[in-house]
Amino acid sequence: MPESSWSGAEERVPTDDHVAYGGFHGAASRRHLLLPVLHAVQDSIGWVSHGALNYVSKRIPVAPAEAYGVATFYDLITTEHMPARVARVCDDVVCKAGDGNKLISDLEAELGPENTANGESMWVRSACLGHCEKGTVAFIQRAGEQALTIAPATADEIAAVLRGDSVTTNTPPVPAPFFTALTKAHTMGAAAVRNEVVASGIRGRGGAAFPVGVKWNGVANAPGDTKYVVCNADESEPGTFKDRWLIEQNPFALIEGIAIAAFAVGASKAYIYIRGEYREAEDLLASALEVAGSDLDVDIEIRRGAGAYICGEETALFNSIEGFRGQPRQKPPFPTQSGLFGSPTLINNVETLAAIPGIVTDRGAAFAQIGTEESTGLKLFCVSGNVGNPGVYHVEFGVTTRELINLAGGANGEIQAVLTGGAAGSFLTETQLDVPLTFEDGRDSGISLGSGAIIVFNTDVDMMEITHRIAEFFAHESCGLCVPCRVGTTRQLDIVGRMREGSDTQTDRRDLDNIGWVMRDASICGLGHTASNAVESAIRIGLIGSDA
Amino acid sequence: MIESVLPNPGLVEVTVNGKTVLARPDATILEVCRAENVDIPTMCFLETLSPFNSCRLCVVEVTGSRTLVPSCSRTVDRGMEITTESERIANTRQTLYEMYASTVDLSLADADTQRWMAKYDVSPDRFGHYEAHREVKVQDDLYIRDYDKCVMCYRCVAACGPDAQNTFAIDVAGRGLFATISTEFDVVLPDSACVYCGNCIGVCPTGALMFKSEFDMREAGTWDENRQTITTTICSFCGVGCNLDLHVQDNRVVKVTSPIDHEVTDGHLCIKGRFGYAYLQSEDP
Amino acid sequence: MLGAGGGTSSYKEIETTDLIILWGSNARNAHPIFFHHLAKGVRNGAKMYTIDPRRSESAEWADTWLGIDVGSDIALSNTVAREIITAGLVNTEFIEHSTSGFATYAESVESWTLERGEEITGVPADAIRSFAHDYAKARTAQLCWTLGITEHANATDNVLSLINLSLLTGHVGRWGSGLVPIRGQNNVQGGGDMGALPNKFPGFQDVTDPDARAKFEATWETSVPVEPGWHISQMIDAMESGDLTALYVIGENPAQSEADVGRTRKLLEGLDHLVVQDMFLTKTAKMADVVFPAAAGWAETDGTVTSSERRVQRVRKALDPPGDSKDDIEILTMLAGKLGHDWELQSAEAIWDELRSLSPMHAGMSYDRLEALGGLQWPCPDENHPGTPFLHAWLWEDPMPREPAPFSVVRWVPPVDPLADDFPIRLTTGRRLDSYNTGVQSSGYRSPIRADAVLDMTKEQAADLDVAEGQTVKVTSRRGSIEVRVRIVKGLRRGLVFMAFHAPDEVDVNRLTIDAWDPKSGTAEFKATAVRIDKIPEG
Repeated sequence: MPESSWSGAEERVPTDDHVAYGGFHGAASRRHLLLPVLHAVQDSIGWVSHGALNYVSKRIPVAPAEAYGVATFYDLITTEHMPARVARVCDDVVCKAGDGNKLISDLEAELGPENTANGESMWVRSACLGHCEKGTVAFIQRAGEQALTIAPATADEIAAVLRGDSVTTNTPPVPAPFFTALTKAHTMGAAAVRNEVVASGIRGRGGAAFPVGVKWNGVANAPGDTKYVVCNADESEPGTFKDRWLIEQNPFALIEGIAIAAFAVGASKAYIYIRGEYREAEDLLASALEVAGSDLDVDIEIRRGAGAYICGEETALFNSIEGFRGQPRQKPPFPTQSGLFGSPTLINNVETLAAIPGIVTDRGAAFAQIGTEESTGLKLFCVSGNVGNPGVYHVEFGVTTRELINLAGGANGEIQAVLTGGAAGSFLTETQLDVPLTFEDGRDSGISLGSGAIIVFNTDVDMMEITHRIAEFFAHESCGLCVPCRVGTTRQLDIVGRMREGSDTQTDRRDLDNIGWVMRDASICGLGHTASNAVESAIRIGLIGSDA
Repeated sequence: MIESVLPNPGLVEVTVNGKTVLARPDATILEVCRAENVDIPTMCFLETLSPFNSCRLCVVEVTGSRTLVPSCSRTVDRGMEITTESERIANTRQTLYEMYASTVDLSLADADTQRWMAKYDVSPDRFGHYEAHREVKVQDDLYIRDYDKCVMCYRCVAACGPDAQNTFAIDVAGRGLFATISTEFDVVLPDSACVYCGNCIGVCPTGALMFKSEFDMREAGTWDENRQTITTTICSFCGVGCNLDLHVQDNRVVKVTSPIDHEVTDGHLCIKGRFGYAYLQSEDP
Repeated sequence: MLGAGGGTSSYKEIETTDLIILWGSNARNAHPIFFHHLAKGVRNGAKMYTIDPRRSESAEWADTWLGIDVGSDIALSNTVAREIITAGLVNTEFIEHSTSGFATYAESVESWTLERGEEITGVPADAIRSFAHDYAKARTAQLCWTLGITEHANATDNVLSLINLSLLTGHVGRWGSGLVPIRGQNNVQGGGDMGALPNKFPGFQDVTDPDARAKFEATWETSVPVEPGWHISQMIDAMESGDLTALYVIGENPAQSEADVGRTRKLLEGLDHLVVQDMFLTKTAKMADVVFPAAAGWAETDGTVTSSERRVQRVRKALDPPGDSKDDIEILTMLAGKLGHDWELQSAEAIWDELRSLSPMHAGMSYDRLEALGGLQWPCPDENHPGTPFLHAWLWEDPMPREPAPFSVVRWVPPVDPLADDFPIRLTTGRRLDSYNTGVQSSGYRSPIRADAVLDMTKEQAADLDVAEGQTVKVTSRRGSIEVRVRIVKGLRRGLVFMAFHAPDEVDVNRLTIDAWDPKSGTAEFKATAVRIDKIPEG
């Protein structure tokens, strides 16, 4: 018998008169649909009105206050009336090193101030949109039409789309896949596959560098009948674009990696949580899944983020998929024991999962031969900013930052600063440029590899502005759950703001130090733990402040 | 009797500030410490609600842990070594209170908070003086909401929602420092799902949520807790047997709460228990 | 039956049970704090069934709501029983060890096929079947009910039919499995405990039991009549027949709360003498020859009450009562004096201690222990006894210490007030969240959500009647008629409308209800009235 629609729908059917199904458990089982439904409303109407929210709330059903709490959590969902077309234009650190500031002033001249409706259109500034190798970027939401990305973007092009000009997007054709590694994995058996992953020594590529094999065995051995695999494709770290690049290059490597992972840990359901602004990559993945899906034993579902950096944190990502506000959970319990929907969950980054087919095909031992003892295999680095050929570089672990910059065509002009690991990373000193980029060397010398972002700033860049932009980024992206991060990111921004105005007092320095320490020591998740890294290192090495 | 049918888990040994203590394996560090009379400050934690991990005031050092550990939500492990006071901890707690003080009005925060702020030598204006600027929401005859005093501890959200009342009239909206407790689209409470159980008020630690009776008396300058008695009795409005604490001033009930440690209510009541006393003192009997 | 009348379980049990059945109860509104415990159970994974003609706020929580027609409860329980039996899901071991009369009972439900059950209750057969199977197979199950079961002319049979289901499946006498009637008022249970029943002494000791009578007569220094007294519905009949001419009413408002109040009021007016003891000058008090102004029992006096989990708890004096009003003990003592008995004015505790000396199930409950432990659940026979979280564990003992629990043959009869062409709509009544009974005590505060004086119906029903929300209609039963505003709601269906009874001064719903009462319990049939609804011509 079908579930009753009585509790949600306006109309009910006569058979509902004497029986209804669903109740609390029915509603709870549909809660995960909340974000996709809000996306659907946002995409077609351009915003989520009170009436629309109430309707969504009744249909799922979920309490309207809760739905409102979720809707207001995300940048890409708006609960105030918005024009039909909204351009989100990157003014983050990499763009600032390039032509980003010029684009912003061009837009101001051509379209007027940001955040101001102009007929059916509007533009606003945005955090990094993950196309740093291409120069300037704009992401444009269009009510009733597919959202799109323009990179590189000019003010004229953005204005044209905002006017409603039609744009032809060409999704590259998707080739038919050959899942030879997956076939081999099935022959080997789940335990043997996990053994190969352990033998490979591969560590997670998302930033935390946890040994992947340990995680896989943890999930496989965790008690419970239902297990999940989640691919973290919520790539939002400023200066990072490798996951998008990987999907564009070969979505099947990722899909095959997920299928192998699901087989190896005993999951029949997998999710790919992809950044909300990566619509083109999402389409490509969706087409690839359509081609590959019937060959797989695992059901892979794409879930779209909605503009919240915090959702790259694994437990916040679970909450987001489950239809709650994307706030992190206190660990332990760790996802391997209690993750998505409370079940043991394997969550890995795109790059990690895409490396799995190679490990299965060539054996873990071969993978372990590459790189260093603790940092095995090849790694993708995103080199951007003032370099000759910004892009993704696939290199063996052990290269230095200076070598990578040279690989990317060398610096344009004189290097003033290099930021590794994105906003959550830190600025390098001159000597650190020659430290090999491995997990062990990074740990010893205080360099954060993080997501593999390497951003080069030449002497033309205002490092005060860059540091301020990073402080602003964290104040905007803090989810607000825990006090150290909720208040600390804003107080950090206050002080950096004062420094930008030319004030640099001992009290502010001491407070900044204290704020950073408390955020790192007492915040609930990695966002707070790392929110002071860049600011602190900028001061330490004299990029900003009265010593600069 | 209950004991005989529930599993009796084995105890584990942990050390608290060097002292060896036996604890249930599902006990939190906070439970174990408070049972040992170790003073640990909290703001968002309440025994009857799930831990929210918001205030972080309860952090302690656990040997082997890189960062401080929230004692309210971490359960003990065998052999865990816990330190509850150190310069690192004191400095963190002081800074957290100073962060709070820069974003909210703590003038009506509970007595424990006032005591801890003194203990940790808090300078409330360190990160800037907080100027109250929000209008108090007075939308009916029973409640007031003064979000200038809201510390975003989430207690009210949990009491309204999954941990007790399951009504979900309010949730957190927005993000970061701009997050607020809100009904959908900030509609007035009578237009929301609110059923006026008062459980949000019952759990609020800072006076941001208040019964209008108390608010009116405070405004009039007649609220005086030194002249109040608290008498526990049983609600008369149905057969469940909820414990009521009647707060009485000048032979008038001025507020009704429920003891948090009673297993019937866990400190929660319904609209009748909270407000049904009114007839006792109606002017026109 | 199963002995002393009280819920078998503790509220806590519902938090960890596997299956929750809420039968004839909108606990979310009528017993909100019990529902907190229930919601914990659902969140912990319990499956929930609700049986209620209305899809109430509580029913919306249920995995399955069975929307029976009003008054078909026994039809449903007998159908469920037959399905459990024919599907081979009975707890054979338990039935053989702990019960009696199974064969006769099984025979009595044989005709209740799923098809017949569907025909009488309106609930689809496969939903009844799933309910039966889930209840029988659950590891533990809590079967809870309130006035939807008991405010019928066949209230006792309704309850017996639910007890039968628990005996069939062994869902009684264990932690997590039990029978849970949630009481409507704070001391319904305590009233029973204290012997405020026509046939019982305190502690559910029978007045016909010579040993019990001798014990009480010795302590009370007087003789106690052997014959049981009358319950309230019998008293009303006795007023009509002239056998009852004087009435002393303590804390009741029968002029508004009784079914078919028109008749009750006439009978009260016809009494030779009416004494009312109340906190308020109620409608009944206004009719009285003498009024004793009483203090509020829960806030202005000391004493005890007993909750629905048999927990005896202290009420305490927090306020001085207003004016001349007095504690019930003082009033009764003064009255005794006027009647020639010079009673010493005793404290509530002293009277309680006398009770403890006479009622073994309360013997261990000293005021000190009640204070220290937050109340105690009876039976509590001595001061070292921890109280009893759940009853009837003896059913599982071997050998059985008592006679086995009997099945009861229960026959379904349709509601006394039949639907007919001129009364085609079923009116049922109930409680809303923010109000209480006749509203005397709950109208004192300004609830932002109050909606007492309305007639709830679905929009389909309103369309049939050609009326709109807010429009006043005339509702007529075989006994009288009232005017009331229409409110459109979900959760009802064509032919079923709902009213609360909290605002009798505005809308006197009990003018409509029928005073047919259950001969076994004396409860009136508030829940099933046949009505006609007419538009009131404009102007």
